[in-house]
Amino acid sequence: MGKTITEKILSSHSGSDACAGSIVVASVDYCMSQDGTSTMMIRELESLGFAGPKTSKGMAMVIDHNSPCPSVDVAKIHAAMRKFAGSRSIPLFDVGEGVCHQVIPESGKVAPGDIVVGADSHTCTYGALNACATGLGSADVAAAAFTGKLWFKVPGSIEIVVDGTLAKRVSAKDLALHSTATLTADGATYKSIEYSGQAIRSMDMDGRFTIANMAVEAGAKFCPFICDEKTREWLSRRGVTGYKPVVADGDASFEKSYDFDAGALVPKVAKPHAVDNVCDASSLKGVRIQQAFLGTCTNGRLGDLSAAATLLRGRHVKSGVRLIVAPASRAILAEAMDSGVVSILLKAGATIVAPGCGPCVGTHAGIPSDGENVISTANRNFKGRMGNNREVKIYLASPETVAASALAGEIMDPREVA
Amino acid sequence: MIIEGNVHRFVPNDDINTDYIISGRYKFKIDDMKELAKHVMEDISPGFASKVREGDVIVAGRNFGCGSSREQAPRALKAAGVGAVVAKSYARIFYRSAFNVGLPLLECETDWVKDGAALRIDLATGTVTDVSSGKSVLATPIPRTMQILLADGGLIPHIKKHDGFALE
Repeated sequence: MGKTITEKILSSHSGSDACAGSIVVASVDYCMSQDGTSTMMIRELESLGFAGPKTSKGMAMVIDHNSPCPSVDVAKIHAAMRKFAGSRSIPLFDVGEGVCHQVIPESGKVAPGDIVVGADSHTCTYGALNACATGLGSADVAAAAFTGKLWFKVPGSIEIVVDGTLAKRVSAKDLALHSTATLTADGATYKSIEYSGQAIRSMDMDGRFTIANMAVEAGAKFCPFICDEKTREWLSRRGVTGYKPVVADGDASFEKSYDFDAGALVPKVAKPHAVDNVCDASSLKGVRIQQAFLGTCTNGRLGDLSAAATLLRGRHVKSGVRLIVAPASRAILAEAMDSGVVSILLKAGATIVAPGCGPCVGTHAGIPSDGENVISTANRNFKGRMGNNREVKIYLASPETVAASALAGEIMDPREVA
Repeated sequence: MIIEGNVHRFVPNDDINTDYIISGRYKFKIDDMKELAKHVMEDISPGFASKVREGDVIVAGRNFGCGSSREQAPRALKAAGVGAVVAKSYARIFYRSAFNVGLPLLECETDWVKDGAALRIDLATGTVTDVSSGKSVLATPIPRTMQILLADGGLIPHIKKHDGFALE
């Protein structure tokens, strides 16, 4: 019987014949935590007498969820992280470096075939690099760092074949929202999603990161993509060499298979308060918005900022709309400066905040008020997600739709902007 | 092990995410689980923390614990006194983390369980019983891996005890 990418990676890391449903103890290549999850991981590691990670490529800690620090309480967490990382020579990405799920792949620590675990649910993002990466709790990540291993239930896989070509102003985020709506919020729980098809092969890496990032919104554990020329080029620019791409066997067994036609896809929006509550952007025309947010580990990459800038060039956001932009990393911000994207965004009225999570998780940098509507490129729209504000409505959409909506002051299908 | 307590149900019933269990605004502010426990469920059930008694049971529908990976969610529930959660299904990260911190989860049909009912759970057999009506349901057996973790008091105690993994 053939194997999926997931089964092959778990087999090679556990020295066993990993088949869906079995439980294996597998070696882990890299692990990470961020400022919302590090405190508990540090406590566990200290109680274990941890001297340094046993994972093959080490570990990192990232300050991104509250960055720069917005309060005295959080300052204590950041100080504890710096102290712990310094005492064990653990790389720490400090204030301004960016979102963990961008800076870690950028740092060249993730290669095809790797197993990566992170104390952040969107760790599945690195699946875009043909890896098995997943988010776990702090105790699990502490265990992985301390032993270099972790137990995994080998997930069954769902195949999503996307053929055809995405239309103009329809992007990877629309495909990700469409997938989430099709699978539902728990349709891929304990499963791995493996995408394939022409639309995936022609998609740039930024788009693949967006889709892998959203896999957890359907409950998925892993989302390993194919490794092709685009992957190799992206990795080689970050100095990653010497890896062995993992390919699914032709007779690999998938529990379910979906066929999507990229050409039929239109701009989508996830309505409050669930990510699978998806409709066509055009059906929400007239819904006024007060804040538009472009950024996050889903859509804060150069391709995302550029796509928004294409719509915003020479225009200004509607009066009464706050457009907040958080580039996913310092490197992306620098590239966006050099390419003129930052200038376009600023002239359109955007507020650019520090590279990092921005207001996505409601800790700082643009907390909306009760009664307001937000259109955002983030991955979650749960009640209260953006702060202590249960009466905020968050609509999730692509960078194109967010830009078009910011210009219109209401939710707008980006294909309607000239 | 036997768990006995009163049932707490919520609206929504399905997809109770970790933001609802403990809001992100507290996880960065409060480090002490006992303090954090004062805020569990407050976005969907204000006052829950003062109502819940040691050993009480949360009963829910599908996909309990979805969303953010924050381990504060199962930890804060446990610190608030919640003895177990019974739901139709769980999100993956929450499921692992709950057993990792010693909070037992049972998976079974739950529509029959009423808010406020007195529930008795036998973890060894997975039997969930409504004490007043006498109705009993057998939950999906807790996998052996999870039983070992629970018996050792969680993942980190397990690793300390066995100097690594001993799950086979």
